[in-house]
Amino acid sequence: MNPENNIRYSRDCSGVDIQQKSRFNGLIFPVLTMMAILVIASCNQHQNQEANVEQAATAGAPLDGGSATIQDDVSMRNILQIAVSSADHSTLVTAVKAADYVDVLATAGPFTVFAPVNAAFDKLPAGTVEGLLKPEKKADLQNILEYHVIAGAYKPEYFRDGKAIGVANGGRVTIGVKDGKITVNGANIIGSVQGSNGWVHLIDQVLLPQ
Amino acid sequence: MKPISIIKVPFNVGIFGILFALGAFTGCNNNGSKHETILGGGDVASEVYVAPGKYDDFYLFASGGFSGQVGVYGLPSGRLFRVIPVFSQNAENGWGYSEETKPMLQTSHGFIPWGDSHHPVLSKTDGNANGKWLFINENNTPRIARINLKTFNTDEIIEIPNSGGNHPSPYCTENTEYLVAGTRFSVPIENKDVPISSYKENFKGAISLVKVDPESGKMSVAVQIICPPFDYDKNRAGKGVSRDWTFFTCYNSEQANTMLEATASQNDKDFILAVNWKKAEEYLNAGKAKDFKVNYYHNYMDESKQTAFSEIMTSVKTLEPKDCPGMLYYMPCPKSPHGVDVNPTGEYIAAGGKLAALIPVYSYDKMIKAISGQQFDGEIEGIPVLKYDAVIAGEVQKPGLGPLHTEFDDKGYGYTSFFLTSEIVKWKIGTWEVVDRIPTYYSIGHLCIPGGDSKNPYGKYVIALNKITKDRYLPTGPEVCQSAQLIDITGEKMKLLLDFPTIGEPHYAQACPASLLTGNATKIYKLEENNHPYAVKNEKEGRVERKGNEVHIYMTMIRSHFAPDNIEGVKVGDVVYCHVTNLEQDWDVPHGFAIKGANNAELLIMPGETRTLKWEPKEAGVVPFYCSDFCSALHQEMQGYIRVSDKNSNVPVSFRLGE
Repeated sequence: MNPENNIRYSRDCSGVDIQQKSRFNGLIFPVLTMMAILVIASCNQHQNQEANVEQAATAGAPLDGGSATIQDDVSMRNILQIAVSSADHSTLVTAVKAADYVDVLATAGPFTVFAPVNAAFDKLPAGTVEGLLKPEKKADLQNILEYHVIAGAYKPEYFRDGKAIGVANGGRVTIGVKDGKITVNGANIIGSVQGSNGWVHLIDQVLLPQ
Repeated sequence: MKPISIIKVPFNVGIFGILFALGAFTGCNNNGSKHETILGGGDVASEVYVAPGKYDDFYLFASGGFSGQVGVYGLPSGRLFRVIPVFSQNAENGWGYSEETKPMLQTSHGFIPWGDSHHPVLSKTDGNANGKWLFINENNTPRIARINLKTFNTDEIIEIPNSGGNHPSPYCTENTEYLVAGTRFSVPIENKDVPISSYKENFKGAISLVKVDPESGKMSVAVQIICPPFDYDKNRAGKGVSRDWTFFTCYNSEQANTMLEATASQNDKDFILAVNWKKAEEYLNAGKAKDFKVNYYHNYMDESKQTAFSEIMTSVKTLEPKDCPGMLYYMPCPKSPHGVDVNPTGEYIAAGGKLAALIPVYSYDKMIKAISGQQFDGEIEGIPVLKYDAVIAGEVQKPGLGPLHTEFDDKGYGYTSFFLTSEIVKWKIGTWEVVDRIPTYYSIGHLCIPGGDSKNPYGKYVIALNKITKDRYLPTGPEVCQSAQLIDITGEKMKLLLDFPTIGEPHYAQACPASLLTGNATKIYKLEENNHPYAVKNEKEGRVERKGNEVHIYMTMIRSHFAPDNIEGVKVGDVVYCHVTNLEQDWDVPHGFAIKGANNAELLIMPGETRTLKWEPKEAGVVPFYCSDFCSALHQEMQGYIRVSDKNSNVPVSFRLGE
């Protein structure tokens, strides 16, 4: 990562903080405050973030990085590690990196992440993903990713048909449970993985904030 | 700020305190070199600075003294990482409160909630720390504990019978074949109702060898040697050439039993008791030992069941010195000796005569020659007394007042602590000359060089373990902290780097390179290896069972809820056991468990661990419980209710989660 990137990221970070604060009112406030704090904290250390993600699973000396850099090959994998290790989630991981949410997904949580597989991103109109990955679209990208995250660990059997659940961007998603099949805003949950800090539910469509 | 402290400097600190105060004052006014002080110059701060996120170079295990615990610190930073509960109940994590850990504090005298821990000793292979275990003695109700250096938990505590105060302990032999125990206060053996004035005929001093299983670390009292009723005070095992021996100091050769402050200081010389533990082993194996009936407890943690168990032992093997020639010798030692320490080669044995004006250093080689040449000066109860001149290698003359303990570096120097003159004195092995001295703040007891009792010391630092701090820190009322001081010993002159406060009294400490332990540290307890009889491995198994007036709640916890979290059917008069399993499999995610009004305690439960809280509800109503360790963003939501009904109610047992 070059120094120019570092400067730009720093500026973006402070901007994100303000935007998020304006959305917090009354909605799972403590969680989002904590996430905001983490985002602010990560401003100080993102310069080697990409390298850190790759180092997360490798042995070595202690690092000064964020949660994503903790060396631990004994504990259950966290949500970040599950996503990074899945070939089906390379687009999502790219988006998480661009949104600066790498460290957050490795914190204590708990989180429920609806994780669109690569094919889900492919269903979006051509150029959508590339557009969102542009630095100037970072806030939009974060908003979309936050729409996929619940603060709380929902295993599949906790979902109830028709239940609307608040998500991290302040909006809500609606759960459907019919004939044993679970949907979120109409997207199918096609698999579920327990992580150390919550649950990852694989979905076949990208959820768009309503 | 500091000129005031010139006025307040205690008299006995004298010139050092004043110079320090001046030095600090100068430092404050000089921005260009604010770390430069009289204490040595140079950038002292950078020598102890460990950057955020970086690790220290050494672990320091310091006794908590009267706290009964062990503090784990980093060096050079002096940061406290953990208090390992050992001999005292610990409110921080439920040690000695949970049903699983209560047995660890059982003794032949019943449950003892508060002990007095003294000497942490790292297990050794070939005379060097091997990173497996840390042993520590309890002085008051004589015991030895074994701490597992993977989990930093106390795994075993064994009681020492026939002892009146286990101070000269646990000090392991070169390959941790044995630990030792003794008695600072000789007592009747077996203990019985006799006049205290019958001390000389009825009292004895038992010296114990405690066998350590090389694989499991399990301890057993192998044999007790019944010695004359002196006060056996300190110990150090031989190594290298002297590996078959272990050395105890003893005072009160006068055999006084009152006002020892004066009456036990009459003789010019007391003794070092040299014990040939190999010989003792031979006599034991040859069947020379007698069985002595006495009850004592052996408590150990069953790792698989995550639960401690107590075994009641009913006899111990004893040896009488008069039946065992060649096993014990007394070496005269000036005036009420305290510490006894062996240099890295095992050839020299330095003693600290705490009322003496010199440090006597004995030669192992001369001792062996004196034994074979029978250079005796009489005997005491069948134990030959060797002639002082025949065994002494040299005396460090006029080193200071009140020598206590010596540790060694890797360059041929000894470092001795002096309580009365509050200093560390460096002297050269062989020439016995004092080469340097440095004040301590204040009243040093033990001192520690990482590996300083081993064959290969890491001669980088000496740590002064101080009893008194007075004006060294922000005052906190009558009770102020005790402290450790980190001193650089790499140069010709010792250099004070850092003061740091400690828990309780840092009575003694041992240190080892961090790399010896970091790779082995346990991160979680694996759920599949949890064989606790009341463990539940998933939420579906969570349940409540009534057996008469006993109610067993099988509960799980994971971010961020309990299962079940609504429980009904508990009645006043019930004895409720909450068996709580932390389902997390993630490093550093313990959960707490606290019930309103529980008279026992709370719990802190590690990932994959099961712990049990006993609770006896006293009145009808609804009682909340919650997680008391901030675990996650929804920590506050991690809560539940237990409905308590009248004794005669017929509310059935029921439980649920999320319905």
